[in-house]
Amino acid sequence: MRTKAWVEKGLVYLVLMAGGLFSLLPLIWLIRSSLMDMGQIFELPPIWIPNPFRFSNFSEALTILPFGRYFINTTVIVIFSMIGVLVTCSISAYSFARMSWRGRDLIFGLLLSSMMLPYAVTLIPTFIGWSKLGLTNSFIPLIAPAWFGGGAFNIFLLRQFYLSIPRDLDEAAYVDGASHGRIFISIIIPLTRPALVVVGLFTFLASWNDFLGPLVYLNDESKYTLALGLQQFKGMYAAEWHLMMAAATVVLAPAIIVFFIGQRYFIEGITLTGIKA
Amino acid sequence: MEPVSSLGVQRPKTKRNSYRNELYGILFALPAILGLVIFTLGPMIYSLYMSFTDYSGSNSPSFIGLDNYTRMFSGEDQYFYKALGVTLYFVVLSVPTGIIYSFLLAILLNRNIKGKAIFRTVFYLPSIVPIIAISFIWLWLLNPDLGLANELLRAIGLPGSQWIFGEKSVVPSLALMNLWTTGGTMIIFLAGLQDIPRSLYEAIEIDGGSKLNKLRNITIPMMTPTIFFNLIMGIINGFQVFSQAYVMTNGGPNNASLFYVFYLYREAFQFSRMGSASAIAWVLFIIIMLLTYTVFKTSRKWVYYEGDEAR
Repeated sequence: MRTKAWVEKGLVYLVLMAGGLFSLLPLIWLIRSSLMDMGQIFELPPIWIPNPFRFSNFSEALTILPFGRYFINTTVIVIFSMIGVLVTCSISAYSFARMSWRGRDLIFGLLLSSMMLPYAVTLIPTFIGWSKLGLTNSFIPLIAPAWFGGGAFNIFLLRQFYLSIPRDLDEAAYVDGASHGRIFISIIIPLTRPALVVVGLFTFLASWNDFLGPLVYLNDESKYTLALGLQQFKGMYAAEWHLMMAAATVVLAPAIIVFFIGQRYFIEGITLTGIKA
Repeated sequence: MEPVSSLGVQRPKTKRNSYRNELYGILFALPAILGLVIFTLGPMIYSLYMSFTDYSGSNSPSFIGLDNYTRMFSGEDQYFYKALGVTLYFVVLSVPTGIIYSFLLAILLNRNIKGKAIFRTVFYLPSIVPIIAISFIWLWLLNPDLGLANELLRAIGLPGSQWIFGEKSVVPSLALMNLWTTGGTMIIFLAGLQDIPRSLYEAIEIDGGSKLNKLRNITIPMMTPTIFFNLIMGIINGFQVFSQAYVMTNGGPNNASLFYVFYLYREAFQFSRMGSASAIAWVLFIIIMLLTYTVFKTSRKWVYYEGDEAR
């Protein structure tokens, strides 16, 4: 009996380790390749630890294309998207969670069902709309949607958090004559700061990782984001794997850093979407 | 005396007051309402209209009835069925494997395990990697001559594969890559597992039931709503794969990875056939709706809902 339990426990760890290896190996391979020279990277059997560490790959990869420019562009888009989502999404979610008006449930239902709509359906008409306004090849089409409620997913998420706040709190304030604006700012917002962090983090990642949006809207190389820059890089240096991996690492790093800083919130956020759905 | 709650426990129905409340409610929700109209409903209607026209994006749209649709379904556009087949194949491969893999990991993680938090982080980590970086990493791993994947296969005496460069192996390769990023699904499963009441398992323990019994009679039935949720999301997302195809394979080799959205993108942004691309988009929408509806229909048979609690 005892040995059986041991074997079972061992098997569980074995499978988990195998899964962990599958998750980590590609990332380790990426980093290891980004620190080697052309000769080492192709050596067989493969070398795992670069010798010497070639940090110059990074400076080389980063100077071939104007990655500084791309970094600034991406950051501008990400920051303005985050501000837009946090402001407009939280206000809208408050209305859906706490205020009553005719048509509210209908609109919320429509919002929820819009999550099932493939982005392919709206992509083309939205693109044509922006190009009629002469705003393609600018950051505006990539930022503007964030300022209109920030998408059904985020509204749903925040509303879920707001609903979990006991109603007595804001009702008491309301009786005392506080306005909705006041309740929102001095009661709801402070109580749901973690929720805002979750939404902010998701927005950061979605915006940082976006590929199709910039691909469709940005033509000028000076307006490229990191993702587009990387794609461009691939076209030019396809065989120079060490430089490609260095460039990919640079694009990946901020996402990883943000993830580790906000890890707790990420897990909480995903959990919420899954269970309450 | 300004009276009570907006959501209405004992709000007196003075006309002026309820009017003001309505107005504020709509005002607060205005960003979302406008967003829904400008970025969803409006484009949907416009796109439906475009799907019946011949439109390049710069000429004025000319009405051609169902031509765009008949061109697709009659096979005159030789890529439609190809793209649909490729995408269906991908969904059939990637959705079940993704669900089984992440469910298995979640079940193991839900046991009394040391380093649970570390494992959870490790499994989730790949899902935050930008798709362009994911594509780079896997292009390199799956390189037939120099990649790690074939190197590992050779090390254990197996023949290598052409991976994304083989007509037969490209879609399975992308499904494997998809498996790498199922950490989000795993976390949703884990949260669902933690919600199953201990008392249910204890009941089986008292009856002397085995672990397999617990899995079959409690864990899986209790998890069916979560499996259902992940299944729907998996199908919706699986049909919309684009970037991998664009960055890694460009739809090749020989259109073997011509994913539906990639086909649509090509039609719209490379061939400037906005009308036809809109029709392609609407067909995708209808396919996804039909599939979702079917899954919903069958869900009555296999999804267990606790009490009457509608989830």
